[in-house]
Amino acid sequence: MKRIRVDSTVIVLGILILVIAVGAILVATVGRSFFSPGNIRDILTGMSVLGLVAIGQTLVILGASLDLSVTYVISLASLIAATTMNGNPANIPWAVTLTLIVCAAIGLANGLIVTVLKVNGFIATLGVGLILQGVLNTGFQGSAGSVPWAFQLIGATGVGPLPVSWIIMIALAAVVWFLLGRTRTGAHLFAVGGDPEVARLSGVRTKPPLIVAHVLCSVFAGLAGLLLASRLGVGSPTVGQQGGYALLSIAAVVLGGTLLMGGRGSVWGTIGGVAIFAVVDNVMSVMQVNPFLKDVVRGVVIVAAVAVYSRRAIVRRRTRFGPGGTRTGGDAPAEAAAPAMVAATQALEAEADAADGSASMQGGAR
Amino acid sequence: MSDTMLSDAPVPSGGSDVVLRAQGISKSFFGVRVLTDIDIDVRRGEVHGLVGENGAGKSTLMKILAGVHHADAGSVEFEGRQVAFSHPRQAMDAGLVTVFQEFNLLPERTVAQNVFLGREPRRGGFVDDKGMQRHTRTLLEGLGVTFIDPGARVGSLTVAEQQIVEIVKALSFDARVISMDEPTAALSDHEVELLYAIIRKLTARGVAVVYVSHRLKEIFDLCDRITILKDGALVSTDATADLTDAELVRRMVGRPLQSYFPGPVEGTAVGEARLELTGCGNEFVDGVSLTLRAGEIVGLAGLQGSGRTELVEGIFGVHGFTRGVVTLDGRSVRFTSPRTAVRAGLALVTEDRKAQGLALGQSVLDNSLLVVRSVFAGRTRASRKRVPGILSSLEVSSRGVDQEARFLSGGNQQKVVLAKWLVTDPQVVLFDEPTRGIDVGAKVAVYQLMRQLAAEGKAVLMVSSELPEVIGMSDRILVMRDGELAAELPARSAEHEVLAAATGSIDAGAAADEIADPRLGDGGDRS
Repeated sequence: MKRIRVDSTVIVLGILILVIAVGAILVATVGRSFFSPGNIRDILTGMSVLGLVAIGQTLVILGASLDLSVTYVISLASLIAATTMNGNPANIPWAVTLTLIVCAAIGLANGLIVTVLKVNGFIATLGVGLILQGVLNTGFQGSAGSVPWAFQLIGATGVGPLPVSWIIMIALAAVVWFLLGRTRTGAHLFAVGGDPEVARLSGVRTKPPLIVAHVLCSVFAGLAGLLLASRLGVGSPTVGQQGGYALLSIAAVVLGGTLLMGGRGSVWGTIGGVAIFAVVDNVMSVMQVNPFLKDVVRGVVIVAAVAVYSRRAIVRRRTRFGPGGTRTGGDAPAEAAAPAMVAATQALEAEADAADGSASMQGGAR
Repeated sequence: MSDTMLSDAPVPSGGSDVVLRAQGISKSFFGVRVLTDIDIDVRRGEVHGLVGENGAGKSTLMKILAGVHHADAGSVEFEGRQVAFSHPRQAMDAGLVTVFQEFNLLPERTVAQNVFLGREPRRGGFVDDKGMQRHTRTLLEGLGVTFIDPGARVGSLTVAEQQIVEIVKALSFDARVISMDEPTAALSDHEVELLYAIIRKLTARGVAVVYVSHRLKEIFDLCDRITILKDGALVSTDATADLTDAELVRRMVGRPLQSYFPGPVEGTAVGEARLELTGCGNEFVDGVSLTLRAGEIVGLAGLQGSGRTELVEGIFGVHGFTRGVVTLDGRSVRFTSPRTAVRAGLALVTEDRKAQGLALGQSVLDNSLLVVRSVFAGRTRASRKRVPGILSSLEVSSRGVDQEARFLSGGNQQKVVLAKWLVTDPQVVLFDEPTRGIDVGAKVAVYQLMRQLAAEGKAVLMVSSELPEVIGMSDRILVMRDGELAAELPARSAEHEVLAAATGSIDAGAAADEIADPRLGDGGDRS
């Protein structure tokens, strides 16, 4: 009876529109315009870093893993990039390459620990994150390196109201969307996250998709680190932790309708989740709300959104999967399907009778 | 009824049509012999029934054929070639596909994505979604199924439709042999008919179907030949026409079942009302009035989705009633949670023992004490002493009370669920599909327990989808339809009367009038 299934991306979009509407009204009450190009630009700029991290996080969460090491990867990436560039524009390509290679290696380590050693993703990436924190603490006393102006432009320029960093983030989201929807790796990642046993019995190699997801997640964290280095002009060993990106990115992914248990979700939902955070933050800073309240509001948004999803999940669970699942309380689709099934049954039986007849004739001829 | 149909089926008797032959299959797990020297041959285009009690080794045999397990000894010959599959996918690629009881489908993915999981067709390096859907549609239409959209999410389909998706997945591997493990366990009657029709369509194409089921009626309806296993050994393989119902059961359990449905225990007297519902309703059911009396077993029948489970869950406080009055032994009560119901002396044997009845990773002892510990913590010590006695009276066969529940067979798991409730000494016991998926021996144990409870003056309500069970066990039969009680029928009503009431055909009214006679409610009709 109650069997609403709205695509989660639609819910996210709905919440986003609601947040924007409320935000616009609130901003208007203090005599400012929410939709001014400057403000939109602020919001979009606020989305870029978290967006990059959350895209990567979406991949691992779809595979029913997690990545808590992203904060440290971000810090490390900013340092590697800034110290390698060392103020010289000629070093930019090499610095970016090196940073991403190191990040990919960390992601590979995460992926191998999760798949081969079969350590739960939460613990595996927590451990790797702590190791990285140790490296950061002992290797760097504070900010280090210097980012040349050419590279700083990435974080500072824009096309109209659209910041370059945001455009890059959206373009990469599109790439990931394509990866998830149109490649075997993507399909298998959904399968492994949804039910590893089903995937295995269907002949899917279960390790590679999750390893790829972890590598990409760390690379995306590395890109976020590069972007932060470009904005700050230096590398910082604490920039990741200050942003609280690990938990915030997970929150954005979940807010975006991706199942924390894996197997269901979308990258656009995640972008929606990131946008909701960005709008909420923007409204509160325009209104000069005190920082404590800011965190409270964020927390309320996350909890409320997930509460909406889990209500939906409860309704869904009533039509259980597989044996033992008595279908309950007047299930509309089942009822609707019933006449079709009866008709189909009759048609099939008639046909099967005919087939039987001809088959036995063949049998006779044999 | 089965014979005429079978003689029409294309069953060539020549040995050359054997598509799958297993010989001398033996298998042990952790030193325990589960299969001993099994021979089985499956012929092109036949439905080959595989029956036996739980623990007889049917599932293990199927898993060996499917490449999930490896046989310790013996050989498997498929289409004339010796095969040794080391992975289920190899068996599938060869054309030997198994539809397991737990579906191998991803609820969040589409039909087409599930059918082609692990071998998605590609075009220019990318997954060809359209091609995948087109191909799936062709396969579905080949079975005459047009009501499933290849782009639909599998989780949005009914169980029967999911079953069809599994079969289509099998066909997409060009299956020559499809094994099905309890395919009708969760299907309603017209869905079973649809499955029959599809199976006949498959066999007409020359596909062989290995059919595992506990429902003997299905076995006799569908199968051309029947292989019986008992205690991991082969008992016999016979043409269905050469077997009778009784003979099949005798071979399965190794002894004749004198009374499949035991009558009331000597001296059982129907006493006063223990649980009474007047006009009860919640979001799922409405206007339910019923009385459960001491010493009486009341059956609750109805189609899938008619609200049977919701009614017992309502009584038990899972979705507490928002309307109406409930009295227990004359006192008005209100159960807002299972906890309040258990405290008052109710017990609910849930329909899904794995998901709702047991903590699978915990020991038999811990499971037996699950309810007592959480609801009557003070009685835990005393209860612990009673557990071994209760378990042995139920004839639970486990390797001691410390064995994890997951390693028990279905029948034994169900007995542990029963033990869990018996320990609480319940006064009103609600059974929801108490014998689903358990073997004949365990079924009889459950029936005897129900009679025993009734003899002790407890009230028993049993929900069941199996009409023979409802009719064989009930002193009174309540029939639900669309969330309401549609009729009350006396013991030993005919199947068609129950069905008529459940589906709402004309008989129902007459039947309802009939039971307005209060004497029937006293069980006067008992033989």
